[in-house]
Amino acid sequence: MPLPEGTYALMAEFESPTELVKAAKAAHHAGYRRMDCYTPYPVEEASEAIGFHRDEVSLVCLVGGLLGLAAMFGLETWISVWAFPLNIAGRPYYSWPAFVVPAYEWTILWAGLSAAFGMLALCGLPKLYHPVFNAPNFRSGATTDKFFLCLEATDPKFDAVETRGFLEAQAPLSVVEVEY
Amino acid sequence: MATKDAPVNNPMIDPVTEEYRVIAPGHTFKSVTEEVSRIVLTSHTPLGWFFGFVLAGGFVGMLLVALAWLFLKGPGIWAITIPVAWGFAIINFVWWIGIGHAGTLISAILLLFKQGWRNSINRFAEAMTIFAVVCAGLFPLIHVGRPWLGYWLFPYPNTMNYWPQFRSPLLWDVFAVSTYATISVVFWYIGMIPDLGTLRDRSQSKFGQFFYGMLAVGWRGSVRHWTRYETASLLLAGLATPLVLSVHSVISLDFSVALMPGWHTTIFPPYFVAGAIYSGFAMVLTLAIPIRTFYHLEDLITIRHIDNMGKVMLATGMIVAYGYSTEVFMSWYSASHWEYFMMWNRMFGPMGWSYWVLITCNIALPQLMWIRKFRSNVGLMFLMSLIVNTGMWFERFVIVVTSLTRDYLPSSWGTYRATKWDYATFAGTLGLFTFLFFLFIRFLPMIPMSELRMMLPQAKVKEVHGEPLPEAGD
Repeated sequence: MPLPEGTYALMAEFESPTELVKAAKAAHHAGYRRMDCYTPYPVEEASEAIGFHRDEVSLVCLVGGLLGLAAMFGLETWISVWAFPLNIAGRPYYSWPAFVVPAYEWTILWAGLSAAFGMLALCGLPKLYHPVFNAPNFRSGATTDKFFLCLEATDPKFDAVETRGFLEAQAPLSVVEVEY
Repeated sequence: MATKDAPVNNPMIDPVTEEYRVIAPGHTFKSVTEEVSRIVLTSHTPLGWFFGFVLAGGFVGMLLVALAWLFLKGPGIWAITIPVAWGFAIINFVWWIGIGHAGTLISAILLLFKQGWRNSINRFAEAMTIFAVVCAGLFPLIHVGRPWLGYWLFPYPNTMNYWPQFRSPLLWDVFAVSTYATISVVFWYIGMIPDLGTLRDRSQSKFGQFFYGMLAVGWRGSVRHWTRYETASLLLAGLATPLVLSVHSVISLDFSVALMPGWHTTIFPPYFVAGAIYSGFAMVLTLAIPIRTFYHLEDLITIRHIDNMGKVMLATGMIVAYGYSTEVFMSWYSASHWEYFMMWNRMFGPMGWSYWVLITCNIALPQLMWIRKFRSNVGLMFLMSLIVNTGMWFERFVIVVTSLTRDYLPSSWGTYRATKWDYATFAGTLGLFTFLFFLFIRFLPMIPMSELRMMLPQAKVKEVHGEPLPEAGD
């Protein structure tokens, strides 16, 4: 039986990270895929349990860093050799050892900005609205001391009765319906 | 271990390892969250906060007066002249930026080394970095004489058809310091997002929910987000580590690329970096000790932190001492008349007293930190942190002033005596730093709650008992 229109998910609340990981593993094993866990601090085992192993933040960071390096080194060379050549105590126009320092700094600058904003972008943040906040027990627990497993209604295996039964069998503190 | 002689029944000592605990026993996820968020979310601001805030605000007022007068009259109101064209402005710049470095060390390098004890102090050490960089960045800007043209330092297309000169260490500084400021702010803010989410969810007032809600950018603690967040934190730490080492190295190149006696040495970069971390840890203690007493955070910022910071100060202090002795040795071994005279002048010349202040504050007195009873005495460590900060300020004073007043040609020798505007500007930045810090501890979570939760014993996922569940993954 599908859930009524306007339902986002069923969400189970757990007391400890161990119970959450156990339930998440069971849900993944039972075939659920459109799911998420919400925890007050990083629980690596939970993200493993729902099958999320890789993130692309490192790649974004690497690309950003290389672009920063190329941008600054290119700018320095263009300025010092073509745009505004200055004779400074007879040193060559293309003084690459001196160009290393700003290029190094920009590598770090661009890599850092890419890692930070790339992470936010990959997470889909900033986000002004998300249905999980509609769960009555979410705000008091998810960022303080409770652990949530959320099985979303768009999952093909989702069924209002069966899924609720499945979650209740995992010994949660409560199971609530989350509306859009 | 380090604390064997402490009383056995002390609850702050772990009976298994016999070391000081990082967090007092008996805390839960909720209690650490409340301990930290109550400071921000309370509607009763303590009277002491207002007192300190207004006092610091007074110094900010003084800074504004000093700057207004400077902009009206020009840098001639300072004691800088030829030969000492770099006076307080550069001394204070190097001192402040050095203080900032300990914040990055704590948040980045100790994270990479998996030093869990850093978690309670990293947030406000990072805040300290940012405010110190704000104060530091002010000085070169006002020292250029026409600060309203400061943007000429950056490469941008302009109608003058003019571009910066990339072979000067002073321009490298622009990129090093601006990158450092940006990355520090980003690292600090990204690290704060989950805690801002906590404050959004715990705030009782509409304004608080809106304010922290906007800052938290919709953080909801999804484990997918946490995984990316952890990767980004590690990457930022990995990037901040070479950055912090490069920033003070680049600053030391401002000196060592010049040919002045006493400046033109290769020891400068490592010894500047060690000195930076030394003074920065001292400043962390100067801030942490009053804060933990005032806000009763003894459970979270424990003797373990103070003891460990004492050890780091001792280690970096010894590197700095090695730097000083290398300078002395090289001035003799180089057989250079100018270097020899520079060192003699530093020790026994007209400004010789400042060298001995520096040796006393940076090398002699900190040796007391070998004693573990000293390191676990909060009051004495506070005093030591002030002594080291004074000593590190004098280090920069000695480097800048003694070399510039006595260069190669006796006809160009001079003297230096700071004016009241020099002192007012310096004291004003101390006020600005404190002012910003007061705002920070009142409105933002000064201890990272999510990282404290991770350090509690109940945060670990235990082995799932009974039938082993099949591994997840497709």
